[in-house]
Amino acid sequence: MEPGVLRLRSAEAVPAPAVPLLALEAFQGALAEGLAAGLRVVAYFGEPDGGESVRITAVLADDAARELVALSTAARGPVPSLSAAHPALQLFERELAEQHGLVPEGHPWMKPVRFEPGPSDRPDAWGRPRPLETIPGGYPFYAVEGEEVHEVAVGPVHAGIIEPGHFRFQCHGEEVFHLEIVLGYQHRGAEALLAAASSRRGAALAESLAGDTAVGHALAHARALEGLGGIAAPPRAAALRAVALELERLANHVGDLGALAGDVGFLPTASACGALRAEYLNALAELCGNRFGRGLVVPGGVRYDLTEDAAARLAERIEGAWRRTAASARVFFRAASVRNRTDGTGVVSRELARQLGLVGPAARASGVAVDARTSHPFPPYGGTPITLVTQGGGDVSARARLRRDEAERSAAFAAGQLRRLPGGPVLSPPPPPRPGRLAVSLVEGWRGEICHAVRTGPDGRVARYKVVDPSFHNWMGLQLAMRGGQVSDFPLVNKSFNLSYAGHDL
Amino acid sequence: MIGILLDRLRLGRQTIAYPKGPARFPARFHGRPALHRERCREGCTECADACPTEAISGMGSPRLTLDMGACLFCARCQDACPEGAIAFTRDYRLAARTREELRVSGDEAVLARALDARLTRLFGRSLRLRQVSAAGCNGCEAELNAAGNVQFDLARFGVQFVASPRHADGMVVTGPVSENMRAALRATWEATPAPRLVVAVGACAISGGIFAGSSACHGGVAAALGVPVDLFIPGCPPHPVTILDGLLRMLGRVEGDRLQLAETGGVPR
Repeated sequence: MEPGVLRLRSAEAVPAPAVPLLALEAFQGALAEGLAAGLRVVAYFGEPDGGESVRITAVLADDAARELVALSTAARGPVPSLSAAHPALQLFERELAEQHGLVPEGHPWMKPVRFEPGPSDRPDAWGRPRPLETIPGGYPFYAVEGEEVHEVAVGPVHAGIIEPGHFRFQCHGEEVFHLEIVLGYQHRGAEALLAAASSRRGAALAESLAGDTAVGHALAHARALEGLGGIAAPPRAAALRAVALELERLANHVGDLGALAGDVGFLPTASACGALRAEYLNALAELCGNRFGRGLVVPGGVRYDLTEDAAARLAERIEGAWRRTAASARVFFRAASVRNRTDGTGVVSRELARQLGLVGPAARASGVAVDARTSHPFPPYGGTPITLVTQGGGDVSARARLRRDEAERSAAFAAGQLRRLPGGPVLSPPPPPRPGRLAVSLVEGWRGEICHAVRTGPDGRVARYKVVDPSFHNWMGLQLAMRGGQVSDFPLVNKSFNLSYAGHDL
Repeated sequence: MIGILLDRLRLGRQTIAYPKGPARFPARFHGRPALHRERCREGCTECADACPTEAISGMGSPRLTLDMGACLFCARCQDACPEGAIAFTRDYRLAARTREELRVSGDEAVLARALDARLTRLFGRSLRLRQVSAAGCNGCEAELNAAGNVQFDLARFGVQFVASPRHADGMVVTGPVSENMRAALRATWEATPAPRLVVAVGACAISGGIFAGSSACHGGVAAALGVPVDLFIPGCPPHPVTILDGLLRMLGRVEGDRLQLAETGGVPR
């Protein structure tokens, strides 16, 4: 697929016209060939090209080469669907239909994505005149018919303190034949806001894409803008950002272990991890005042520095918190009552994970070795590689163990970085974005790969801001993990993925 | 089994001392902003130019005002002001009963008033709340969950989150209220039996926050539903202690203006 594509690195700004514009057939051929060769789709988005057509840009990750591959085409009207052969594209094609009216012909699962108003006043790709009035009743649910088959409908308002989404189970007794998840309730128009945002708003908006991933998204945003401006953050800032990113991972992974313990009724670890999670959140607050690391990462670096003494104390705190976390995790993984519920529950096979293009812990727990920290590293991950961990089972147990293993490495990495912070400044504000450029920035957040693709127009303003949250890749994995399982296991399986609604709905 | 018990013993008591004792915050925690209008330089707009959410008005004049209902507590305005006219204190008490009280112009404590005698008698010792995330980013949701964990332990005051609006005395709303959640939010409110309270948690639910002005959102719960809000808890997201303090003051369980603050002993300011 080499001719007709552009190779670039994560967060490197390239002239936008350098992305080859191929005929639709050649574009789809190159895309299919790349996916068949093991490349992963990281972004696949459209934008009006000024005329009647839509410019579609695909960005694939060539993990082995540590590079990205970009190609584009112009399309108007229906486009043949590639999703049957390449399921990793299925949601991207539906998104193109919803945002730009490009109907993917022959799509095996043609459903709305997030109930956004369409590009024009005409009925959208589903023939809906007013899509917003159809959530979720007008949604074309997959239904199983037959004796003693019943439906369970949950949401959008859930029993706990959780973001909204609608879940529809097709059940036979306890057994789930099929689960369908309808999202879109959280749609806030974030991409349009990001494209129009002044620099003072941009970072705060990125932090609110998924509030549990404030550091990850702020970092992807900052690195994209730094690329477009033609600078890199100072080394000391890069190290402090990595500390914050790993603390965010620790807080969420440890919180998830506690929540999984709660869902199986193993209360000692549930209460311990609830409190231990706060240790990592509070470590972030020591850095910047906010428990979620908000206000820390900005284009050009970070807003707060640490003295050497404070950095050393923070490192000790993280190590101490990890020792207590590890002890609490040990009793959890040893308990027979835990293993009884988690082993063999909610299995995603390695093959399925690969086909669906899963990312993050959900992929690695199924044995798929994908981690942007190792395949598309930026400082300090390039100089101090963090070990990629995988698990084999693909079940709830594997996803839990993976979190423990990853969190352990994150604690060691963050403490290590704090003990040898490079000298120098922590902020060098970037010049304004250069006009006519494209930068695609990948960051491995705690849920997986975060992608921010930003293109500037001829005036240097942002013309298209595309966000791909890891949850966008992973929601289908959760739906298929429930097939053949028990409906009462759903809370557990759901928690083992712990996906973002806001990140998906944008 | 013994391992489990030992681990539990090692953990010890986790619940914070507040409200009987002090609440601990890191040195860099941003609490209530204090304004010094007399320092404001005429015609200067540095603070407003740095603010991500248009929370500042009257800049460059003696009318300088900061709306905590829109504020993200990022302190960019404090960094930008050349005269030190805005300074974030470490006062964690931020909640108020009316929208107007959130507009800060000086350095006075903001303390949520208690409900009237009838509602305090009804809810003071037992308050059941239904939480609805209406396009919240999971930041406020996470802190509300944390408010119920072993550390902050909201349940020790008889405040609990319940699974159905039919069981609830009120609704806690997070998020700017997307168009796609408006109907579900209204249905939840209508399903809650009267008398019912509405609590708006976080900048988004109060004013739209960073999503104010989005065509896909409604600028918070009051604007989306046109219902009265009984308690506003500002922040992005508010700290669990701020949530506790707001709810307990509304219930008349915490009174007076004594500030109980302690350092976490972490990083110096």
